[in-house]
Amino acid sequence: MRVMAQMSMIMNLDKCIGCHTCSVTCKQVWTNRTGVEYAWFNNVETKPGVGYPRQYEDQEKWKGGWVRTKRGRLKLRAGGRLSKLLHIFDNPDLPVIDDYYEPWTYDYDMLTTAPAGTQSPVARPKSLLTGKNMDIKWSGNWDDNLGGSQETAADDPILATMSEHVKMEFENTFMFYLPRICEHCLNPACVAACPSGAMYKREEDGIVLVDEDGCRGWRMCVSACPYKKVYFNHKTGKAEKCTLCYPLIEQGKPTICSETCVGRLRYLGLMLYDADAVLAAASIENDQDLLDAQRGVFLDPFDPEVIAAAKAEGMEDDWILAAQNSPIYKLIAEYKIALPLHPEYRTMPMVWYIPPLSPVVDVVSTTQADSEDARTLFAAIDRLRIPVEYLAGLFSAGDVRPVEASLKKLAAMRSYMRDINLGKPADERIARAVGMTGTTMEAMYRLLAIAKYEDRYVIPKAHVETARELDELACSLETDGGPGMGGPGQNAGPFGQEPGMPLAGTVSNYNEMTGKGGEKTKPTTPGRVNLLNWTGGNVPPGMFPPKQSPGAPA
Amino acid sequence: MTPLDFLLWVAFPYFAAATFVVGHILRYRFDQFGWTSRSSQTYENRLLRWGSPMFHYGMIMVIGGHVVGLFIPKPWLEFFGVTEHIYHLGATWMGSVAAVLTIAGLVILIIRRRLVTRVHLATTVMDKVMYIFLGGTILFGTIATVLHQVLGAGYDYRGSISPWIRSLWGLQPDPSLMSDVPFFFQLHVLTATALFLLWPFTRLVHVFSAPIGYIWRPYVIYRSRDTHKGSGARPVQRGWEKAELPNVRVSPRADEPARPSRSRTNIRR
Repeated sequence: MRVMAQMSMIMNLDKCIGCHTCSVTCKQVWTNRTGVEYAWFNNVETKPGVGYPRQYEDQEKWKGGWVRTKRGRLKLRAGGRLSKLLHIFDNPDLPVIDDYYEPWTYDYDMLTTAPAGTQSPVARPKSLLTGKNMDIKWSGNWDDNLGGSQETAADDPILATMSEHVKMEFENTFMFYLPRICEHCLNPACVAACPSGAMYKREEDGIVLVDEDGCRGWRMCVSACPYKKVYFNHKTGKAEKCTLCYPLIEQGKPTICSETCVGRLRYLGLMLYDADAVLAAASIENDQDLLDAQRGVFLDPFDPEVIAAAKAEGMEDDWILAAQNSPIYKLIAEYKIALPLHPEYRTMPMVWYIPPLSPVVDVVSTTQADSEDARTLFAAIDRLRIPVEYLAGLFSAGDVRPVEASLKKLAAMRSYMRDINLGKPADERIARAVGMTGTTMEAMYRLLAIAKYEDRYVIPKAHVETARELDELACSLETDGGPGMGGPGQNAGPFGQEPGMPLAGTVSNYNEMTGKGGEKTKPTTPGRVNLLNWTGGNVPPGMFPPKQSPGAPA
Repeated sequence: MTPLDFLLWVAFPYFAAATFVVGHILRYRFDQFGWTSRSSQTYENRLLRWGSPMFHYGMIMVIGGHVVGLFIPKPWLEFFGVTEHIYHLGATWMGSVAAVLTIAGLVILIIRRRLVTRVHLATTVMDKVMYIFLGGTILFGTIATVLHQVLGAGYDYRGSISPWIRSLWGLQPDPSLMSDVPFFFQLHVLTATALFLLWPFTRLVHVFSAPIGYIWRPYVIYRSRDTHKGSGARPVQRGWEKAELPNVRVSPRADEPARPSRSRTNIRR
């Protein structure tokens, strides 16, 4: 037994209102740079829907994740090591940028600087790749709230696996939101596919990272990730991905997406697991057994043997305590209501989800029935095959039983707590019907509904050597366009962009400081100066209004 | 030996070789982040799917052929029964296949680079310079081969160019060997030398990170946050250490252990 700790996340989908605050704050922090304009380390998809990038769940097409060979061994779906190297000059499974979307901006300054005319000024969309006008035909969340889903939803890879009957009834059934980040898998296909060995899983907390210095831009990680959560920075030529905000996690703080989540639906905490058991569990024959196999890899942080083994591995006491208090452990192992996203990819994902009961509740409410009555809800879960089957396609490789069990616990909690809130005696039978007790049901209610900050985020601080903590951290990534974000930003010259070397930034800085920056201080409409871009070096024409002639009225 | 001969066939190659070696060391040392193939596959894949493998596999064959032709002395091959005739046939035929593959691939890639706006805009000045010398080297080499080996009587470069290169490696340069080499071979050698000179400053450095070790390494890599060679753990570069008092005893009290001061307020006299 090799005890390792994994920082994991659980999202309670019933609470997601699809506001995209997580996506936007994540973007502001991590991907507001040239080269990753199209990349969303965190995105929120409307389900059913095609997702981002388009149809990423169709592994027949993208060849992400692992497959089990006839001899029972795990193999990357896109091919073994030799095959990867032979395809290094052109990765046949790589999504191109249009599979995500062509990034764009608008020429906003036209709105304020356009000359007076008969038409209202318009900010036209401009491609961030070519600088030309473009028609926006797709984006990362084009089918938000089922918008245009009559056209696109048929392409949803999960709907495609369901029966014809489902597709026909789809339009009057259900929808929910699915926020996605990197899964920080226990058996990461991206790490396994990286030819340079630049991707790694951190021993301490299991966060999967890209060593930007070691990455050589072979792009195998991008295609190997079945969740398509590794992105290629097309400016620096390096792979980038969700870091689980490790600088925050190391300080015991939640990730940006969790911190800013309006619905407070994200939970962060440790999960102890047996690293030696991961490969065998991921190689289990039947796809639908993978969920239980992964549950079997997790270790009980209260088990004295596990604690002893963890200490033998050098785990500190506060980390073991954090694992015992972990909301993740409660939701996955104690209440068993959280489920992994697409366990059939065999990567052992570690961002789990509490499936949404709301599609069921919504249908029950429209029938005037009591949507908080346990028996009505149980019956509805049994009867409403479509949402349940769809959720099973997402969370349990098509097996409806774990989804039903999870939904019934949520339904029971809803019903059980209503009695308490109305001052009636609690009905212990409701709890027992789903294999729980009234006490655990109330504890689960507190964790899910009250969800205090310190209950949602149980994050032990990283153990840092004092010397390193005190050192001033120098960042080698602070080059132009690098993730260190110290660079001066985009500097496209007349001959294209400068390469990602520090020198290039210096030259362009020099030009800007001597006033030769030229192009960038000029708005697209002449005559006005955009003060946001003014470097203070010189006084460009148009900065001040023209001097009035002596005869003019004041 | 004219001064020009010395300049072209001794000074220039050694200068290029020195730049090649020192440049790579410096770039590897100081620009790990810039060390990448800078793939443009995410911009466009239909042309790249054909052009890139053709060019790269062609190039690997070309390099292999050059290693055999330039670095294995003629008598060695003859010892194994490879006569001049057999060598000439093999080199010309296999070389032609490699050349067709390489040139067709390169043409596709250059057309793509010029016509696909996204790719064109991501092309740096250095890329363009590199393309000129890379394309020139391949072009002149092909012209020389076609003129002399395919259409002509066959030129035995293993009697002149190869010994000349080996003389450079042996630090006993003999520029006279190059004086009577046909013009296009000379041009090919010169553009190639210039390409080596530019090499460490272009994206061509990705050649030296060919990930052969991937075959043997375990699939999943674990790294500790304290030993990883990422940004935070990077040791302070020489010449950039913070100003600190030397690690000597500054405390007046003998029982207090000496320690380096971290900031001005800690200094006690």
